Amino acid sequence: MTAQMSAPARFWSWLREHAVLIIGVLVIVYMLVPIGVIFFFSFNNPSGRYNFTWVGFTLDHWKNVFGLPELNEALWTSIKLALLATLISTVVGTMMALALVRHQFFGRRAANFLIVIPMATPEIVMGSSLLSFFLILGSPALGFTTLLIAHVMFCISFVVVVVRSRLIGFDRRLEEAARDLGANSFETFRLVTLPLILPGIFGGAMLAFALSIDDFVISNFNSGTTVTFPLYIFGAFQRGVPVEVNCIAMILFGITVAAMAFTTIQQRRAEKMASIRPDQEELPPAAVTEIAAT
Amino acid sequence: MGTTLKRRAGAYALLAPGTIWLVVFFLIPLYFLGRLSLNENLGTYYPFNWHWQNYSDALSLYDTQFIRSFEYSIVATLICLLLAYPLGYAIAFKAGKWRHAMLLVVAPFFTTYLIRTISWVTILSDESPVVDVLKFLHIVGSDGHILATPAAVVSGLVYNYLPFMVLPIYASLERLDTRLLEAAKDLYANAATTFFKVTLPLSAPGVVAGTLLTFIPATGDYVNAEFLGSSNSQMIGNVIQSLYLKQREYPAAAALSFVLMAIILVIVLIYIRFAGSEALMGEEGTAI
Repeated sequence: MTAQMSAPARFWSWLREHAVLIIGVLVIVYMLVPIGVIFFFSFNNPSGRYNFTWVGFTLDHWKNVFGLPELNEALWTSIKLALLATLISTVVGTMMALALVRHQFFGRRAANFLIVIPMATPEIVMGSSLLSFFLILGSPALGFTTLLIAHVMFCISFVVVVVRSRLIGFDRRLEEAARDLGANSFETFRLVTLPLILPGIFGGAMLAFALSIDDFVISNFNSGTTVTFPLYIFGAFQRGVPVEVNCIAMILFGITVAAMAFTTIQQRRAEKMASIRPDQEELPPAAVTEIAAT
Repeated sequence: MGTTLKRRAGAYALLAPGTIWLVVFFLIPLYFLGRLSLNENLGTYYPFNWHWQNYSDALSLYDTQFIRSFEYSIVATLICLLLAYPLGYAIAFKAGKWRHAMLLVVAPFFTTYLIRTISWVTILSDESPVVDVLKFLHIVGSDGHILATPAAVVSGLVYNYLPFMVLPIYASLERLDTRLLEAAKDLYANAATTFFKVTLPLSAPGVVAGTLLTFIPATGDYVNAEFLGSSNSQMIGNVIQSLYLKQREYPAAAALSFVLMAIILVIVLIYIRFAGSEALMGEEGTAI
């Protein structure tokens, strides 16, 4: 059929064949354009305070990335906050996920519901209700503590969802095998369960960290005078955001991409490990020797 | 007997810290929000006396912003759906070995939300080539602007929430059993029939999850309106934010926040009733 087709007809048929793919690629380009803009404007040399139009190329702001004390302090606050919120929400969320996947108990549906609703609530409602709570109680004073409370609150649900999806596909015969080899329940958890669900936990932790370090709305309500990185940017918007913010955004972007690549590789390895059946091959040698030794 | 009891106690112990955190810092604050919305604002202090008038006052004062928020977020959700479905479909069925590369759609999540919104100020500013192209195509008048218009706010919303739409749609399409598509073909269904009778219904949970994950945060958003809009495109989030943090009109702000939550909840419940709850409560994989 192609032999008789004229060039325009061939073009149209090619276009029809690939239309979905072309739209898909265009949408991805659309998603990436702002990142390109942030990158290019980190080399901009704006004439005034506003970094909105291109003036000229300079590396000055990259050399001076950590040269703004206020910005450094905000960034440091954000990192501390995100690390603490990640740690707490990951531990608490993993425990919840374990309970939900492995146990049947009264109130399971209610617990599931409690985990879903924070994700279905607009941030502004969560932020304003927490502020109302702190205002009426009169304590704790708004600041780092209230930010931490808020961040852990909105991270828990996401950790639970990620870890739970990992636990659902878990082959429990691996644990039975460990028990048969004489491991007690704690040893089984430490040597078999934990290593296998670790990528899921790590994925949940990464999501929690990303949500926390990027949170603006809920933080804006509950920060008092404490300034996080997003709050600094919001505050600086009216008087002009310094170019260094673009540099830091790109550094964070690079770190996140690297971390994502790392988890993806870990996840693949864990999938391979999990696909080992007790009747086909043995457990990872290290686990076997440790269990046997006990 | 003894072991089941012990196991059950174990389950509650695992569940307790997270549950307590969510009850104390999510559910109870919602009660306080409702309570604060019934306090009377006497300037310096706010006594609780079932002051329902807060609701009628706040709603009559800010009904424009309320309606506007829902208009913007519904339009943004529909545009997201139109962009996300072809992309999800392309990643699931057409991308082949490029599938993983196409998941770059989540790349915006790796940059700070506020900065990527601010970058739209550059992209939509009057000097930007994008605006020149739109003027050339007569989509925008020769002396027209985009920045500080409703179009800018909606496009910001679309940009920021698009990944939330793409991922669930992709997840549901990726799980689709392709043998069903072959079966449809064998039964002489053409491409359009196959799509509307097989593909689309089977990806419905993804569409439901995606629209909810886009609609809910977009309605409460105020960053896009703050950075890309003007005073004529303020959303309800801007009002709540400013009443709480600048004007300290706590009861009115709490009333607005409570109404926002109630309306969203009602819409979500009706929507789930029609579309099925599977997407939100069942398969967790689709929700994220």
